[in-house]
Amino acid sequence: MTAQFAQYLVTGLTVGAVYALVALGFSIIYNASQVINFAQGEFVMVGGMCSVWLVDQGVPLPAAVVLAVAAAALLGLALEKFAVEPARGAPVVTLVIITIGASILLRGLATLVWDKKIHALKPFSGEAPLQVGGAVVLPQSLWVLGVTLAVVLLLSWFFGRTLLGKALLATSHNRLAAQLVGISVRNVMLLSFSLSAALGAVAGILVAPITFTSWDVGVMLGLKGFAAAILGGLGSGAGAVLGGMVLGIAESMSAGYVSSAYKDAIAFVILLAVLVFAPDGLLGRRVAERV
Amino acid sequence: MLEIRSLASAYGRIPALKGIDLDLRPGELVTLVGANGAGKTTLLRAISGVQPVTGGTVRISGADITRASSRHRVRLGIVQVPEGRQVFGPLSVEDNLRLGAYTRPRAEAEGSLERVYAMFPVLKDKRGSSAGTLSGGQQQMLAMGRALMAQPRVLLLDEPSMGLAPRLVAEIFACVQALRTADTAILLVEQNAGAALAIADRGYVLETGQIVLTGTGAALLADAGVRSAYLGF
Repeated sequence: MTAQFAQYLVTGLTVGAVYALVALGFSIIYNASQVINFAQGEFVMVGGMCSVWLVDQGVPLPAAVVLAVAAAALLGLALEKFAVEPARGAPVVTLVIITIGASILLRGLATLVWDKKIHALKPFSGEAPLQVGGAVVLPQSLWVLGVTLAVVLLLSWFFGRTLLGKALLATSHNRLAAQLVGISVRNVMLLSFSLSAALGAVAGILVAPITFTSWDVGVMLGLKGFAAAILGGLGSGAGAVLGGMVLGIAESMSAGYVSSAYKDAIAFVILLAVLVFAPDGLLGRRVAERV
Repeated sequence: MLEIRSLASAYGRIPALKGIDLDLRPGELVTLVGANGAGKTTLLRAISGVQPVTGGTVRISGADITRASSRHRVRLGIVQVPEGRQVFGPLSVEDNLRLGAYTRPRAEAEGSLERVYAMFPVLKDKRGSSAGTLSGGQQQMLAMGRALMAQPRVLLLDEPSMGLAPRLVAEIFACVQALRTADTAILLVEQNAGAALAIADRGYVLETGQIVLTGTGAALLADAGVRSAYLGF
């Protein structure tokens, strides 16, 4: 019983870490632009597919990972520059629709550049499972958790300790004041999109050896990440991580104890429940301000 | 120093500024007086480059900056303290100040930070608190301190006394006077026209997007039309 519980917990944390990375991407772009970027899942797909393709070409895994993340970051930059920036000043809904269009385009391009097959990336360090407290842990799970932890620490250093990170936060809080101190809102947007894309790609690469990857893997991972971001409180970094973990564990537990048939439904039930009963999410902003 | 010629701006089809001519010389304190909706804030935003202009020119020290980005203008020393203070609420007082020096090298910012803390000691006491928790007067000081971090040559102040208790208003006006130095010019927008004109070298009266009167602060204070329209006596 406890071994079983531990097993579900490990599985949930692993999946949750991936959701957390995707949710962080949603939150960063939302903070910069109030836009929910529905192409976020496509960055996950590009990360996974690109790394698989590079490894197939004979590129060593570490180099393939770096190149795939860089490719996704460039793609994020291009999305901002050529799709979002030209619509500057348009209502947020318009921008959201643009990102939906971009996601359809990217999926289509992926089927042309690569193919419609399902691919698996080789696990980073073997497949021999480890025994931890009665649970079977794949080495790849440790990679997922470790890299996610490193990314979260890096991001909290970036937003908490560097002037550039604070400029991003300042812009999300008050765009006019940010412009008046000389922060370029255009650069903030470009940086946010490429950072989010890189985060999505990292998630896509980490999970590719476990759940495999294909041209349409971004749809479900994107939606799950979106649900995690809403659950944690859109725009909150800590919320995104918490939301991702809670969602991952809830999914894994319900699949284990109830039925795996409902695994995907859990995310959307949670999403609806949060939107109805607590739209600010677990750690959403509720800032009191003096006027 | 700052030279504005027939500047025009509009919100959609509605003109907000209809050909403004305004000059600011080094070390000068100039005030802009006018009713709500006359275009005072629009003019300051156009000077800062965050409001699109439809005609005319803005020059600083002879260089045309009518189409320059707001970032470039801050670099050139055109710095604004916006209406309603607009501090970065969730960030700390010190982070707000450091962001004020965003366009400057880090080493230079340290010296400015010490000067701002010397000028507003309360900000030093609260350096770690988030800006949103400060009182209105402290937030105004923070907004002014943040602008000083950019080392302004032209300081644009939009309604610095708005919403403050009378005792604080006097304090803020004292600060404004202290800020004018030999090489910094100040353009002050105020609802409190009497107090503003009393400390100003010159003043402009703005009505529905046009300058209708200009003169020294003392002359405008004595003007019958200004007195009845903006001073209420």
